[in-house]
Amino acid sequence: MKKSLLAIALLAAAFGTAAPLTATAKDISLLNVSYDPTRELYQDFNDAFGKYWLAKTGDKVTVKASHGGSGKQARAIIDGLDADVATLALAYDIDQLSEKGKLIPKDWQKRLPHNSSPYTSTIVLLVRKGNPKNIKDWDDLVKPSVSVITPNPKTSGGARWNYLAAWAYAQKKNGGDEAKTKEFVGKLFKNVPVLDTGARGSTTTFVERGIGDVLLAWENEAFLAQKELGVGKFEIVVPSLSILAEPPVTVVDKFAKKHGTEAVSKAYLEYLYTEEGQEIAAKNYYRPTLASVAKKYEAQFPKVNFVKIDDDFGGWQVAQKKHFSDGGTFDQIYQK
Amino acid sequence: MAKQKNVLPGFNLSLGYTLLYLSLIVLIPLSAAFIKTTELSFNEFWAVVTAPRVLASYKLTFGASFLAALINAVFGLLTAWVLVRYRFPGKKIIDALVDLPFALPTAVAGIALTAVYAGNGWIGSWLEPHGIKVAFTPLGVIIALTFIGLPFVVRTVQPVLEDLESETEEAAASLGANRWQTFTKIIFPAIWPALLTGFALAFARAIGEYGSVIFIAGNVPFVSEITPLIIITKLEQYEYASATAVAVVMLVISFLLLFAINGLQWWFNRHARAVR
Repeated sequence: MKKSLLAIALLAAAFGTAAPLTATAKDISLLNVSYDPTRELYQDFNDAFGKYWLAKTGDKVTVKASHGGSGKQARAIIDGLDADVATLALAYDIDQLSEKGKLIPKDWQKRLPHNSSPYTSTIVLLVRKGNPKNIKDWDDLVKPSVSVITPNPKTSGGARWNYLAAWAYAQKKNGGDEAKTKEFVGKLFKNVPVLDTGARGSTTTFVERGIGDVLLAWENEAFLAQKELGVGKFEIVVPSLSILAEPPVTVVDKFAKKHGTEAVSKAYLEYLYTEEGQEIAAKNYYRPTLASVAKKYEAQFPKVNFVKIDDDFGGWQVAQKKHFSDGGTFDQIYQK
Repeated sequence: MAKQKNVLPGFNLSLGYTLLYLSLIVLIPLSAAFIKTTELSFNEFWAVVTAPRVLASYKLTFGASFLAALINAVFGLLTAWVLVRYRFPGKKIIDALVDLPFALPTAVAGIALTAVYAGNGWIGSWLEPHGIKVAFTPLGVIIALTFIGLPFVVRTVQPVLEDLESETEEAAASLGANRWQTFTKIIFPAIWPALLTGFALAFARAIGEYGSVIFIAGNVPFVSEITPLIIITKLEQYEYASATAVAVVMLVISFLLLFAINGLQWWFNRHARAVR
């Protein structure tokens, strides 16, 4: 029994997906459709949950995970990829599951604590060793001599958080003056030589191609770049103001019901909120929301002044429409 | 109307299969795109497909594709010539290399080209001090499109060149034609239709290319953003109808261009026959 579980865990680690080896009535298979940088997180978490569920109920759960750009993943679910749970980069993409797909209720975000975001992250500045351009804050990114790398907010969920963090800073600095804020963000994007389509693409451009002086990145992605891609080659700079990124999770009711996996899907997401789940998140550089775990990892995550999407931007629906729809502020800054 | 008698049997059956096959594979999916666009009013449609950013992307996509196809026409012809006319060690390997861009996943091509042409890459680090930036500029787009279009010209011209008997050239020479006249008057007219076909195929392939370009382009609006990326971007915003609107415009332009090239070929063939 234990041996076959280990085999499954190994398979899961090897392929990021696990196929049930022996088909008995108590084999349960879940599909978690997630966004790009959560690969490592869910690899660890799926193993842990499998063990937990086996001990609790005697059922064997194998969780398959699919990763990709957040918007693309949401579209795949709407178009019929039958995910039991969706764990995406921003609430707007999950809203679409309700709005376009009618797969989940409209108030999905109220069903789990912390806006259904078991872990959070933020946007930080990753610079090259020794910080040669002396980048300390958002102000330094609009200097003409600085080259900034960020993905395209139109195609990347992470880049939307980047954009809004810069926007929030400029707004605060200019006392809420919209024209000046737009000018600031416009100047920042003038310094962007490459707009990759996704967060991992930008990390590659910055780390492997050696382009740019600073990378706007998810905090977890920045840690990863620093620890795994180039030890000692990069430094993380925490800006004076950033945004609290809340990547939310939900059960995809319609598909879970179809598969008869509602209970286990719910338990899967709830397990993210437990001490074990939060530990795994913290180890993968996501900020835990559970106070006890947050305290334990205090040293890992620097203190940041946060703005929040709901308090400062009126929620994702409003922010998306104002900034990223056709003709929104992002399009305007590129208009000649 | 009297039933036409064909010399070859099975006309009705094979035509039926051809039409069914074309409908299933080509016409039905494409008409779905047209139907999806009808969700927009004409004014909305027009506003989407003529937005300045979209117009800039047409210019880049069609311009870069045209230049890439042109480069391929010249150097593809040269490659085909070398492969057909000369014997040298390693010829088989070079012949096989030509097909590589067909077989390679385009993303691999994009990543490889970017790695080589980026400022810290083998070629890029050598070019950049001279002020030539390739990766993340429109020049990079042209290079990627040239790469993926290479086999088309070579593979269409090669068989025609092989069929061309060297006796005709020798005859031209013995009648007093110099090398240049032999080429322009004897060889070129024979391979011209194949060259045009190769050009059209390379051009069409380049217009639709996404995978390799996306890595090397830089994707900056108004500078290095190709039309397929605009379509993806619109999908990312869940604007299915406007994404298909841009797609339909590409479809129509591509069709018209291919149609024009085919027409040119037809005209040329007739013209050539009349001369003979």
